[in-house]
Amino acid sequence: MKVVILGCGRVGAYLARRLQEEGHGVTIVEEDSAALDRLGPGFAGEIVVGTGIDEDVLRRAGIEQADAFIAVTNWDNTNVMAAQVAREIFHVRRVICRIYDPLREEIYRELGLEAVCPTLLVADHIHEILAGERGGGAS
Amino acid sequence: MYVIVVGGGKVGYYLTKSLLERGQEVLLIEREPRRYAVLREELAASVMLGDGSEVMTMLQAGMDRASTVVAVTGDDEDNLVICQVAKQRFHVPRTIARINNPRNKNIFGRLGIDVTVSSTEVILAQIEQVIPTESLVHLLTLRNVGVSFVEIEVPAASPALGRPLKDLGIPDDCIFPLVIRREKAVIPYGETVLEAGDQLIAVTSEASEATLRHILLG
Repeated sequence: MKVVILGCGRVGAYLARRLQEEGHGVTIVEEDSAALDRLGPGFAGEIVVGTGIDEDVLRRAGIEQADAFIAVTNWDNTNVMAAQVAREIFHVRRVICRIYDPLREEIYRELGLEAVCPTLLVADHIHEILAGERGGGAS
Repeated sequence: MYVIVVGGGKVGYYLTKSLLERGQEVLLIEREPRRYAVLREELAASVMLGDGSEVMTMLQAGMDRASTVVAVTGDDEDNLVICQVAKQRFHVPRTIARINNPRNKNIFGRLGIDVTVSSTEVILAQIEQVIPTESLVHLLTLRNVGVSFVEIEVPAASPALGRPLKDLGIPDDCIFPLVIRREKAVIPYGETVLEAGDQLIAVTSEASEATLRHILLG
């Protein structure tokens, strides 16, 4: 599988390394070249420096041949726009984006984007841990 | 009619001010506290502090009763999201987005934004009046109705020269409200004959644009 990842933050870098170790073709797109250090010395995938909402940059990253596009910059609106460009212009089969704001995530789900909201995931997980403790104490 | 403007830069500020002068109900949303403080001095209650792409801010601004939303921040991705959320969640009838990168015009249209305005494109059009590289320039596109305002400079080799407008086979969904000839405005009618160097303002459906280009530019 060929995957293009936008955003080399902690999530983007981790995902890039992991997918590459699993044998996938990975290209990472990042605006800030300093952030690319997060990939570590062992990363053998491709790197494109540039903004991910620019069609030319995405083309350089090989989005036309990509099976999946993942938008995980720190900015919700950038992820949303990049994901829609990947879907509407490049017709990438699998497009996933991160949206921190739960209300915006809900809206873009309604519009058909595959969105992941870390805010809700973490809050739900913590809530589950707490609920588990309470349940354990009662039994 | 209630208008919400998002982004208190120069465009947002002067737009809000002009709308207020016309007695329009308008609210400007600015994200940056320092900029907000400056705007507040002049616009008082017509400006609000907040992130205009946040649903909570939109709720507080009364987005559900807005008839028009204008997104004029310096970031295209923010302008896109503001307009999309305004439409999807608050059913705002008309959304207008400023585009900084003219190449984003296409994607904004596909994603349901009613009107896009690109100052880069407008300035480019002005430059091209002096250095004609492209004879047909888009001034404004109303995507939801599929209509464009275009400016066409009639070249010396135009196949449309020497014959009245009514005989050129102009499509029905295309009209010419104005011709600029030797720096004077002329309202054309059926008998008007085009001259080389005329600047023609046309309102055309997107479907007929290619035909129009063919008739006037060859």
